[in-house]
Amino acid sequence: MNSYPDWWKLVFGRFTLEAIPYHEPILLATFAAVAIGGLALIAVITRMKAWGYLWNEWFTSVDHKKIGIMYMVLGVVMLLRGFADALMMRGQQAIAFGANEGYLPPHHYDQIFTAHGVIMIFFVAMPLVTGLMNYVVPLQIGARDVAFPFLNNFSFWMTVGGVVLVMASLFVGEFAKVGWLAYPPLSGAAYSPGVGMDYYLWALQIAGVGTTLSGINLIATIVKMRAPGMDMMKMPVFTWTALCTNVLIVASFPVLAGTLALLTLDRYVGTNFFTNDLGGNPMMYVNLIWIWGHPEVYILILPCFGIYSEIASTFAGKRLFGYTSMVYATVVITILSYLVWLHHFFTMGSGASVNSFFGITTMIISIPTGAKIFNWLFTMYRGRIRFELPMMWLIAFMLTFVIGGMTGVMLAVPPADFILHNSLFLIAHFHNVIIGGVVFGAFAGITYWFPKAFGFKLDPFWGKLSFWFWVIGFYVAFMPLYVLGLMGVTRRLNHFEDPSLQIWFVIAAFGAVLIALGILCFLIQIAVSIQHRDRLRDVTGDPWDGRTLEWSTSSPPPAYNFAFTPVIHDHDTWADMKKRGYQRPLDGFRPIHMPKNTGAGLIISAFATICGFALVWYVWWLAALSFAAVIVMAIAHTFNYDRDFHIPAETVLREEDLRTEQLARA
Amino acid sequence: MKNRRFLALLPLLSLLGGCQAVLLSPSGDVALQQRNLMLISTALMLTIIIPVMALTVFFAWRYRASAKADYDPDWNHSLPLEVVIWAVPLLIIVILGALTWMGTHLLDPYRPLNRISAATPITTAQAGSTQARKEPLVIQVVALDWKWLFLYPQQGIASVNEVVAPVNQPIEFRITASSVMNSLFIPALAGQIYAMPGMQTKLNAVINHPGDFEGFSANYSGEGFSGMRFRFRGLEGNGFEDWVKAARDKGDKLGREEYLVLERPSEREPARQFGNVAPNLFDLILNMCVDRAKMCMRDMMAMDAKGGGGKEGISTVMALEYDKSVRRGGAPMPPRPFVTAICTPADVYGKGEIARASN
Repeated sequence: MNSYPDWWKLVFGRFTLEAIPYHEPILLATFAAVAIGGLALIAVITRMKAWGYLWNEWFTSVDHKKIGIMYMVLGVVMLLRGFADALMMRGQQAIAFGANEGYLPPHHYDQIFTAHGVIMIFFVAMPLVTGLMNYVVPLQIGARDVAFPFLNNFSFWMTVGGVVLVMASLFVGEFAKVGWLAYPPLSGAAYSPGVGMDYYLWALQIAGVGTTLSGINLIATIVKMRAPGMDMMKMPVFTWTALCTNVLIVASFPVLAGTLALLTLDRYVGTNFFTNDLGGNPMMYVNLIWIWGHPEVYILILPCFGIYSEIASTFAGKRLFGYTSMVYATVVITILSYLVWLHHFFTMGSGASVNSFFGITTMIISIPTGAKIFNWLFTMYRGRIRFELPMMWLIAFMLTFVIGGMTGVMLAVPPADFILHNSLFLIAHFHNVIIGGVVFGAFAGITYWFPKAFGFKLDPFWGKLSFWFWVIGFYVAFMPLYVLGLMGVTRRLNHFEDPSLQIWFVIAAFGAVLIALGILCFLIQIAVSIQHRDRLRDVTGDPWDGRTLEWSTSSPPPAYNFAFTPVIHDHDTWADMKKRGYQRPLDGFRPIHMPKNTGAGLIISAFATICGFALVWYVWWLAALSFAAVIVMAIAHTFNYDRDFHIPAETVLREEDLRTEQLARA
Repeated sequence: MKNRRFLALLPLLSLLGGCQAVLLSPSGDVALQQRNLMLISTALMLTIIIPVMALTVFFAWRYRASAKADYDPDWNHSLPLEVVIWAVPLLIIVILGALTWMGTHLLDPYRPLNRISAATPITTAQAGSTQARKEPLVIQVVALDWKWLFLYPQQGIASVNEVVAPVNQPIEFRITASSVMNSLFIPALAGQIYAMPGMQTKLNAVINHPGDFEGFSANYSGEGFSGMRFRFRGLEGNGFEDWVKAARDKGDKLGREEYLVLERPSEREPARQFGNVAPNLFDLILNMCVDRAKMCMRDMMAMDAKGGGGKEGISTVMALEYDKSVRRGGAPMPPRPFVTAICTPADVYGKGEIARASN
């Protein structure tokens, strides 16, 4: 690096040509694949002259439905990246025994498990959950958009900004080698001097802005924009869970931002919040990060509980059992999720009374969670269950999640945690609840609401194939990890001595391959469904005999969602309307006031991402310029008075007439 | 259809019995009690989980659309059922909570042992008793990059990547680390506890069966983490004394300078012993002042407790710095900026302070 002239450092910071990992064959191949794929995509878009369409109809859109769909696409794309990491880890652990060091040296393997965790939580699970909430909540409460449509677009692009930084770390420099929560002192400047940790910090910081703002947005939407008659206890359960989740987001993501900011200060300006020396205390970081981290898992699972509730009552053809207790259970979980963070580090040396307190609060969460399981159970009781794909996901979830819940309570008993902590048993546990709960829930939700978003159902054959690969693959991949945990095998190892363990890792790797097939089938399902969209078409807007308001409008819904804001009498609004013989209004439409698209969100986020990238590489001039650009753009946007328009009554009439014709033909 | 999948898992359980699931058949009394608590809590939860799983499958099958079973689309509430579904889990958690409270206190790693095994309590010195209370064997543990150092203050020896203890002898581990967080875990002996720089954690345990067991770090600590393994050996008879004597006879020295060399990052170090160990070494490691240029944390805290050094205390900053990338063999860090002078209206260029700081 000494061969670089002085001006180089001024212009490019600590970036050097050695930072491009052209000597890593795996990364080179990945880069080639991504580059070719990306170029092909750009070529196709250019050929189809779709850039204008994408920019005008999608990228700059403030329509909650389109933003929701973009979140889902982002989540699925990142699932492929996160899962590629998982396959590489499983492959390494299946072969690296004794003399065989495997194909991933520690500095590469350590980046992979860090990236896997970060991507799966922040850039797969979060976008999927946020996307579903974004799409469904306004429709369920009879609103025409979210409370702050521009903010919604901005939030999405900030999340993309985080994704861009994480992906950039693959090809320029490296990613963090510290584990997904980056405990100091390992993640501090002294022990992780490279750019990897800085990618981690700025990616999460930028994406976190998006998540926090989207949380504020959805809370405001749910609190202020419900249709007349929908009081709190008439909200659909999914909306309830979305409300609680967003309360959790708003209350916990600032803690993450603050914690990461302190670590950033440690790394950039030499403060000593979390260092070993000069009065720093790494244990403080561990506490702070889990004060965010534990609510985070409930942020992911609560909306999925909501999805399961909607599916249970729809496919059992029955009102949800115990709506009130379901709501209370959700709220209790929301509150309790703040009182359990210490169970992630019983082994850090707290006293017995502190450990017992947090152990017991953790167990208490299983009471409302158990109540929810019973509520779904009794929703099925005396129902008439149609085993469509979403219902299958629900059953698979109920059977899988209780196992995860059980192992979770085992881990909550501090003395048992002393032997299970950080073991593969723990890994099996949280994949059991996150795959069994969040991923199954996201797939159930996608299958359930896909016809609403696109006007045709997903192909059931490939969907069922995907379902069975996922469910069986999950058990094959993670049951061996429970066993390995009981054999005293710890996490994050890239090499093993004991050959008797190998068979279990081989089984687990096979399970991962099954899951990969599940993902492949899901992608095929999407492609096949698009190809056969006419056969799978639904013109009624209500393909599942749904019970909540989103099913009352057309599929896909018009930009304005509802021509008239409905009046609500029951939490099963649409079921209630159908029972009372609801008649669609056919005339008397009025112009509808709607927000206008804007590119400001994308542009501000792009500058924020550049700023993050510049900070990672110490390119101070670029960081200063792009930060100034963020501020200038944000201020300039406030002078944009051209923010809304009216959809003329004639357009509404035309759209509604079209739907009347469609319904008549159905 | 679903329940058959679980039947397919049953043979796997028998496989589990065949392999060495160390957590299920530990050799130390503490780990054994921890296992028992784990099994009891599992059994308690299975009392509710098995019925729930069975009911899920049964309801899903019984009320499938094609069965034309009872259909009651408006039935959505039943007070007795609601009471049951909240009360039964509550009851289980009450029992489990009580077990947790007791178990956590009894098995607190800081708590001195009160029994060697279920059959033999540790005798307390009572009038008329001929047995003396067994004092614990103290082992000081330092997690280094990426190896383990065990110091035996009572024996005056030290050992790298191997720790030996007599069977049925209470052991008190005092644990710290040199650079980053690790976790001391010997699954056959007892649960784990974090090892953290500048801090001391404790673990009380006892090994009941002789043998050669695996120990490792259970908290990821960087590049050499996978190889950070050691052997824990429980010896009968005079085995322990012989081992100590052998180490003493060899007489390898471990003083401050040798420690600073040992501390440098290395991987998969073979086990070796030191017979001549500086007596206060662990204390120096814990206070982050093995390096003579550094001020001990203890001294800094004493100064702070007396109100700190004030502006003049700035001169101690260099002596308190500890984290350095050289510990990890990385690129040297740029020198950390620190205050060498303070400007005051009377002394605009801070010359007086520079003079004092350089004293």
